[in-house]
Amino acid sequence: MSQMTAWPRKDGRKGIRNVVVVAYLVECAHHVCKQIARPFEESDVQVIGFSGCFPSQYGQEMMEALCTHPNVGAVQLVSLGCENFKKTQLADAIRASGRPVNVITIQDSGGTAAAVAAGRDWVRQAQDQIAILPKVAMDVSELVIGTICGGSDATSGITGNPAAGIAFDQLVAAGATCIFEETGELIGCEHVMAARAAHPDLKPHIIEIVDKAAAYYAAMGYGSFANGNATGGLSTIEEKSLGAYAKSGQSPISGILRPAQQAATGGLYLLDVVPDGPPKFGFPNINDNAEIIELISCGAHAVVFVTGRGSVVGSAISPVLKVCANPETYARMAGDMDVNAGRILDGAASLQEVGSEIFDKLIALGAGARTASETLGHVEFVLTYKTATPAEPGCHPN
Amino acid sequence: MNAHTDPRLLTLAPGDNVSVLKATVAAGEDILIGGQSVHMPQTLGLGHKLAVAPIPAGEDVIKYAFPIGFAAQDIPLGAHVHIHNLTSRHTTVEIME
Repeated sequence: MSQMTAWPRKDGRKGIRNVVVVAYLVECAHHVCKQIARPFEESDVQVIGFSGCFPSQYGQEMMEALCTHPNVGAVQLVSLGCENFKKTQLADAIRASGRPVNVITIQDSGGTAAAVAAGRDWVRQAQDQIAILPKVAMDVSELVIGTICGGSDATSGITGNPAAGIAFDQLVAAGATCIFEETGELIGCEHVMAARAAHPDLKPHIIEIVDKAAAYYAAMGYGSFANGNATGGLSTIEEKSLGAYAKSGQSPISGILRPAQQAATGGLYLLDVVPDGPPKFGFPNINDNAEIIELISCGAHAVVFVTGRGSVVGSAISPVLKVCANPETYARMAGDMDVNAGRILDGAASLQEVGSEIFDKLIALGAGARTASETLGHVEFVLTYKTATPAEPGCHPN
Repeated sequence: MNAHTDPRLLTLAPGDNVSVLKATVAAGEDILIGGQSVHMPQTLGLGHKLAVAPIPAGEDVIKYAFPIGFAAQDIPLGAHVHIHNLTSRHTTVEIME
């Protein structure tokens, strides 16, 4: 197994990437951010941000969690100037985390061209500053790994998701923190899942958050089910859920996390991505990248993404390791995939072998390897409005 | 399910009343299910389900040893089980392309 090396951060966490993020604090500053990052596309300078102008506690917490993520080395914040975002609070939090941070306010700095020039100068300087930071050894127990499935079909629940579950079991056994999510795609699994709670107090909470997801999606009028799911042989949400649930493996469930919350210790956690209170801002997670970024906001160093139909996405901040469940899809889209789990169906590999391959490839990401989506330049990012209250004490027994 | 069943059909758990196709089966082919030969009226792709037992209307459809919805009509052995004859007990599915 390869030895991971990582950048140590002030809060004790370690990063397997040393990204400079250029962050817009309202959509009006998005273009300036893209222009600032453009010359640095090949050198881990990535654009993230919050597009809304109205205040959002969730948006503020997400941006703080992301800008102080262990994979982030420095942050350029870009404000238009008149938006409702607590940029000083965000900048202070980043500074306190020991990272270089700079705030450009477009209205104060002479408009687009001047803001872009100033931003590029600062990014160059920040890159030099963080390039000399020494790396240290990183243990598997220090890893935080998320998992998601998207573009699912009937093969996802037979090959890719159970193999990801085996990798999760290996990681949890080694002391790592693993996070699975999308309670809207666990509908029907709540009772079997509750039986795996590491602590009896947790059981009712697991059932409660899946019930909350079912009620929320019912109010939205659609479940988490897309046309490609049906083309790929899935017929109902509970069938899709059973397949998705397999990603969690067999380990006891240690707790429930909310977006932007870190787990206190290693173990397996369920991320509650569905908003609290009556539906307010629409669908909980409008696409896969909105889910991926919430896993990353909980500190995920990397995300295992299982796909049957063939998703191509990556993400800003953390690498996305693509596991292709369907051998026909793999044959068409091999360049976008990191692991061919479809060969389990052909009898060419066992679930255990593919699970171990996923585990080994995750470790390799901490030893310098890059994922297919990273190499192809995928740095998708989606962050929308949500009402998310902090976790109740009982939800998090650690 | 045993040697009397086509190797392209995968049964995920004992007692399941549907099995999953591991490869595309073309319209007009005959497929063996528990010793019975079933004529395929349409081409079905990898991942689609066939009934491996008759499923009366209203009964649970069982896959991975768990109910994945109920039969919206009587489903004969060998029939394609999908959104036209399998209904969720949770949210209904609406297909858009």
